[in-house]
Amino acid sequence: MIGLQHYMVVSAILFVMGVLGIFINRKNVIIILMAIELILLSVNINLVAFSAFLGDLVGQVFSMFVLTVAAGEAAIGLAILVIYFRGRGTIAVDDVNRMKG
Amino acid sequence: MIHILAFYLFATLVVCSGALTILSRNPVHSVLWLIMAFFNAAGLMVLLGAEFIAMLLVIVYVGAVAVLFLFVVMMLDIDFAELRAGFVDYLPFGMLIALVLLAEIVLGIGIWSAGPIELAQRAAPMNPEMSNIQAIGTLLYTRYIFLFEAAGIVLLVAMIGAIVLTHRARGGVRGQNIARQNRRRPQDAVRNVNQPVGQGVQL
Repeated sequence: MIGLQHYMVVSAILFVMGVLGIFINRKNVIIILMAIELILLSVNINLVAFSAFLGDLVGQVFSMFVLTVAAGEAAIGLAILVIYFRGRGTIAVDDVNRMKG
Repeated sequence: MIHILAFYLFATLVVCSGALTILSRNPVHSVLWLIMAFFNAAGLMVLLGAEFIAMLLVIVYVGAVAVLFLFVVMMLDIDFAELRAGFVDYLPFGMLIALVLLAEIVLGIGIWSAGPIELAQRAAPMNPEMSNIQAIGTLLYTRYIFLFEAAGIVLLVAMIGAIVLTHRARGGVRGQNIARQNRRRPQDAVRNVNQPVGQGVQL
């Protein structure tokens, strides 16, 4: 029978894959944003799985808020990407030092 | 039986699509694999009995976020081969970090399953008489109404932020200035001249 652990393992693998994606595609900010989406997806799977197996609806409500934040984050991230590309002509993030931070 | 089969199908596909998302050479393929991962995650959530979240995932992620990614990837003229340089250099370190993280998560899950946590009270117990969407709506519009409106404000701020960031005032464009149009009176713009015959017009 499929239990909570199965869903947790799937979500853990997906989360780790998102982190790995951030590390190995260090220059390509579009793939980094997609990896962040994968991480948020794994968090959503975890929330919904716990919600289903504990019989508590709050997990699904909060998974909706995670979805909202993910959508906003993608929109802002891509907007920053577009204006960065307009100014520099590239999106290589390993030489982003315009603000000298 | 069909439930177990469906779970393993969706789980395998979501993990494979996630791997191909971060490993693809072409970012357009990455976005398409990401869409595949979202669909299969929605399938997992249908198996869990959370139909509303599953449909929301398809609408919001596939319909909005992934299409946004696709637009940006296709609109920007980027040399992706150059960006991929150093992929192999980062791979060992990334794998190390990923394995450490995975070991930690597996340990955490193991500890959690060793001692089952019985919650004394559910925050919002599921009502078997209500459908999933009805129960979520009842909860969302009563107890979590302020959080719901805060989520709306987050989306509003994101929308305004994206517009303000990407909007640019282009030079050399003659736009309409309505205030100036309304301010203009006939006596400023029109001049009656009694033009004598045989002479040129003074403009």
